[in-house]
Amino acid sequence: MNVQLYVWQRATAAVMAPLVLGHIAIIFYATRQDLTAADILARTHGSVLWASYYGLFVAAASIHASIGVRNVLTEWSPLDERRAGLFAILLGVLLALLGLHAIVALVLT
Amino acid sequence: MSALELKHRGSVLWIAALIHRISGLALAVFLPVHFFVLGLAVHGGAGLDRFLRWSDQPSVKFAEGGLVFLLTVHLLGGLRVLAIENFAWRDGQKRLATLAAAAAAVVALVFLARAL
Amino acid sequence: MSGTQEKLSVSLWRGGKDGRYQTYAVPRRESQTVLDVVTFVQRHLDPTLSYRFACRVGVCGSCAMTVNGKPRWTCRTHVEKVAGSGRLQIGPLENLPVIKDLTADMELFFVKWQRAKGVFAPSQTRHDAIAQIRPDTPARAAADAAIECINCGVCYAGCDTVRWNSNYLGPAALTRAWTLVNDERDGGNAARLQAVAADGGCHSCHSHQSCHELCPQTLNPTAAIAGLKRRTAAAYLKGDIKT
Repeated sequence: MNVQLYVWQRATAAVMAPLVLGHIAIIFYATRQDLTAADILARTHGSVLWASYYGLFVAAASIHASIGVRNVLTEWSPLDERRAGLFAILLGVLLALLGLHAIVALVLT
Repeated sequence: MSALELKHRGSVLWIAALIHRISGLALAVFLPVHFFVLGLAVHGGAGLDRFLRWSDQPSVKFAEGGLVFLLTVHLLGGLRVLAIENFAWRDGQKRLATLAAAAAAVVALVFLARAL
Repeated sequence: MSGTQEKLSVSLWRGGKDGRYQTYAVPRRESQTVLDVVTFVQRHLDPTLSYRFACRVGVCGSCAMTVNGKPRWTCRTHVEKVAGSGRLQIGPLENLPVIKDLTADMELFFVKWQRAKGVFAPSQTRHDAIAQIRPDTPARAAADAAIECINCGVCYAGCDTVRWNSNYLGPAALTRAWTLVNDERDGGNAARLQAVAADGGCHSCHSHQSCHELCPQTLNPTAAIAGLKRRTAAAYLKGDIKT
């Protein structure tokens, strides 16, 4: 971990703190209301707000998780720095792609 | 050399750091699955509906409660780290760390109570 | 001669990396320290035992060893405080190679000190006026709070991040770097911040605070390292550090 990774890690964490609080509130609401897929889609479809909120969330989470996993791998696994970094990047890309797909699914289709 | 048990590992702050790490790993494993499931909403939501109905079982609700706990405890642990790194040094951090874990547990329990 | 004929059961690490614990029976004495115990073994039971000590009064840090799982100064650890059931297990400091028995090789500890640029870099000469340093400025207060390190290695031995990450410079080296970052006479901060911002530098610290719990001088390396994290992040954002 160096200063560059550190700054990105902490910055994405700070960005996500309010997003997580909002997300937990949303989940509580959704489960209380017992929303179906149709209910959810009705709310999210075509919404720039949802897309922006969760777009930012997915981007930040992908970066944050990637750097975090990289740290854990270099400290707890026998992988060397390069391989650990590679694995972490793959995870970050996977999260970003799947997250983007989910947002598209909920907002655009 | 045999690994001697290092007793200071039992300190609340060390455990807080470990929980932070484990919850982060668990979330990193869970998130791709979560995104994938949400992606099932593509093409009208029938797949998502099926999943939502499947997830109505108590065991799944329990697991979801666990995930809410993980998310909350990871958030609070992260806030602890940000506080240590950026604000003036304060005593009583151990108490704060324990409180944070308790708060996370409460949030998760409330979620469970409402969901079951 | 004081009281009881009670004996302690003392297991000492013998040999190198692939050694083993060997048990000795040591008479218990009043106000006995762990260093007294080790010394007794070497003088009366086994002269081949290797261990380090110097001042034996808690000012040099040479006698640090792992006692019942915790790195401590053996001269300042009373037996009655740690040997509850009459048993002691003593080994060399962890996270360092073993030379022999209770003696750890401190070389890497000091190499990392250098790597962290924990060395004063003069900015003036003898021909300049003596610098007037006020003790109550925030920078000097921060430096003073961290300056009493005597390089005993206890924090390094107790740090799990050191254990997990061979690159990590460690709490002592980084604490010294922090004192110099706060020393207004020092002229080496550009290189120093670069050094502690690199891989294995201050950002590897996870704030477990074992170092703070264990330091016999009651120093707080986690706080010093947090200070370094702030300074390096600011420098990086300003473009003063290259990665």
